[in-house]
Amino acid sequence: MERFAALLDALVYTRSRNAKLRLLADYLRETPDPDRGWALAALTDGLDFPAVKSSTIRNLMSERIDPILWTLSRDYVGDSAETASLLWPNPETISNDPPPTVSEAVDALALMTRANVMADLPRLLDRLDAEGRYALLKLATGAMRIGISSRLAKTAFAQAFDVSVEDVEEHWHGQEAPYRALFDWAAHGAEAPSSEHLPLFRPFMLAHPLEDAQLDLAHYAAEWKWDGIRVQVVRVAGHTRVYSRSGDDISGTFPEIAAALEVDAVLDGELLVRGVHQGGEEGGAASFNALQQRLGRKLVSKKMLADYPAFVRLYDVLIVEGEDLRPLPWLERRARLEALVARLDPGHFDLSAVIPATDFAELAAIRERARDDAIEGVMLKRRDSPYLAGRKTGLWYKWKRDPLLIDCVLMYAQRGSGKRSSFYSDYTFGCWDGDPDSGAELLPVGKAYFGFTDEELKWLDRYIRNHTVNRFGPVRETDKSLVLEVAFDSVHLSKRHKSGLAMRFPRIHRIRMDKPAHEADRIEALKALVRN
Amino acid sequence: MARDFSWIRPEPWGIHVIPADCWIDPSRPVDRALVTHGHADHARGGHGETVATPETLAIMKLRYATCEGAVPVAYHETLSLQGGVSATYIPAGHVLGSAQILLEHAGERIVVTGDFKRRADPTCPPFEVTPCDVLITEATFGLPVFRHPPVEHEIAKLLSALAANPDRCVLVGAYALGKAQRVIAELRRAGHVEPIYLHGAMERMCRLYEELGVDLGDLRLVSDAAKGALAGRVVLAPPSALNDRWSRRLPDPVTAMASGWMRVRQRARQRMVELPLVISDHADWDELTQTVIDVNPAETWITHGREEAMLRWCQLHQRRARALALVGYEDEDD
Repeated sequence: MERFAALLDALVYTRSRNAKLRLLADYLRETPDPDRGWALAALTDGLDFPAVKSSTIRNLMSERIDPILWTLSRDYVGDSAETASLLWPNPETISNDPPPTVSEAVDALALMTRANVMADLPRLLDRLDAEGRYALLKLATGAMRIGISSRLAKTAFAQAFDVSVEDVEEHWHGQEAPYRALFDWAAHGAEAPSSEHLPLFRPFMLAHPLEDAQLDLAHYAAEWKWDGIRVQVVRVAGHTRVYSRSGDDISGTFPEIAAALEVDAVLDGELLVRGVHQGGEEGGAASFNALQQRLGRKLVSKKMLADYPAFVRLYDVLIVEGEDLRPLPWLERRARLEALVARLDPGHFDLSAVIPATDFAELAAIRERARDDAIEGVMLKRRDSPYLAGRKTGLWYKWKRDPLLIDCVLMYAQRGSGKRSSFYSDYTFGCWDGDPDSGAELLPVGKAYFGFTDEELKWLDRYIRNHTVNRFGPVRETDKSLVLEVAFDSVHLSKRHKSGLAMRFPRIHRIRMDKPAHEADRIEALKALVRN
Repeated sequence: MARDFSWIRPEPWGIHVIPADCWIDPSRPVDRALVTHGHADHARGGHGETVATPETLAIMKLRYATCEGAVPVAYHETLSLQGGVSATYIPAGHVLGSAQILLEHAGERIVVTGDFKRRADPTCPPFEVTPCDVLITEATFGLPVFRHPPVEHEIAKLLSALAANPDRCVLVGAYALGKAQRVIAELRRAGHVEPIYLHGAMERMCRLYEELGVDLGDLRLVSDAAKGALAGRVVLAPPSALNDRWSRRLPDPVTAMASGWMRVRQRARQRMVELPLVISDHADWDELTQTVIDVNPAETWITHGREEAMLRWCQLHQRRARALALVGYEDEDD
């Protein structure tokens, strides 16, 4: 448990992704089974001990400390498990037992019931120091919240044992903690765990940005890139799952999709919600903003299902009725997909159309004319490309619509983290709420922390230090003299922002040293770009 | 009958000793100030007369260039003030020169702890328990979650981070007065003999400590260091310099901070600290409550810090207590 506690603390204090990966990989390589498997499950929210809830911590502490002192402490620390780990009294007799291992703790926690947890949990806590108690309580209550996504954990696993992350993704699903078979495969060269009868996630094929290249449409097919979320719908032996791009199971958020697939298959497509006329076809897809109403919900009300009905616009088919189509060329998979769609529920599945352009110039013209708000751009796929995990050069390209641009005024800046920790690199910018020459004010419209070069960052950092009028902790308020040209993908109405607007993917496009602040854009200009 | 100890009166800007017409650690200029220790929030300049230990006066002189009206008083020496008040300075164990002040008047004894700690510190003499009627104590870490681990444990953490990162330096944020010298002295005690590099703002205070007899070993300035000389070294800087431009010159530093606040993970994260070192020059919760038990005063007055929890503890232990709400004492960086 000490090693796990040290890992947990190191992860809490480490901001760089690479450093986190290194910490996790070292731990996974150096820790014996089954401890490392339990730890992995704990870090990716895979453990649940019904007898231990956060109220258990409160109840345990109420027997050991005055309730007012507990409340004062808890309010200061802001986390019950951490507060309890610090307040836990030293045992009257020093325990002869060494600190429990992770698997010993997991076994003990699994055996606890509501009847004996108040007696058994203290016995574990008494054998640990403050860091160990924190780790144990976090593991027991399943509330890690230290920013380890399952994708990060899988990448670390791949790094630890020098295997490909695509293979890890493929074999991970369906395995249960402590993932013995997975470690045997990666660390000891055993056969990969079988996954034939499970609704598993298969790693997505991804695209490179097109940049300035022009492609020969004799070799590449073009189709629309839709502005929803990329999903994979998997059905095996009657079990259906919907997976997000990162491989997270989101079936619960979109139950109607999971219920609608009646053929055993693995499908790749874009999840969208149906909307009113958006400049695209009638009854087609609504903008990303509408889809956002459905994201991140664990429980979905009937009203949600009715107001924002979801469907999947299919791009590709990976497996159908046990036959793995991934090695086939795109052209053949496309034919199989078109045949398959005819058998699917048309209310929940349709086909992403191929764009009938004969050459690149025509495609560019079609892309330029596209007015459907649910279109994010164009995809170009090599007609002979197999379906391969990850981003492979030369096979798939994405060609997004040109970004929208607006001139904003820099209002606040905040220091970044990691390599940028001494630089003011997070910028809040605003637009005028009227005529700046008749006393209009700036309203913040967005935040961005990328888009600039290292040289520009240095320049901005110096500018901000020399134009600070106020400080609020790590934030500086500037004298609002600098105009930034901000690029963004779209803008939506939002009740959460004072300006009433929320930008998607804002980034610093250009520093407009030449432009005086009062010539920056007004809120109206931004509002005019809203697409509902 | 409860006594009211009306000859001493806490005001928001300091503690007024009325018959002697002097103030303890006043935050505004007065004719006569009794100063417990050299931290800027307690030892302000501009008083007519400043009574303090010679070490504290030397620190004030360094900080304010002059220290007019300096009245040195040695530890355990009793000074007669006007109005039948006497003052005795007793080691507080906080930083070099730090003192508790025992005030006696009309058969009553009042102890003002100033800032203090109960643990061993190689840079200053230890706190002494002084029986009294009223204990006026600080409560900077007056919450039961603050239990500082042994300093050896934290120094070992620092040294293992240094060993694990031979290409980087460990940059430790520490108060320029007291904390920095204690960290250096503890590193030396743990056998670390390599040069330790300083931010320019720390140099003079370290030199003063050495003049006053605290050996700190091989100290050098970051600004004098050749490129590449800092890898694998300990570098000390004031907390404010940790994430500022100054630190850009260092070789990919592991950012550490030596402070009692580092006990709480979110506090460390807010400071963007990678290696929190729980090293404090203030008493932790156990030391604060143990001090009340050891001194066993009729009343406990709490000057600054998290006084609510201390008041609650006193109530639970049937001890008379009150909070004074003095202003201007800040220990965000301790």
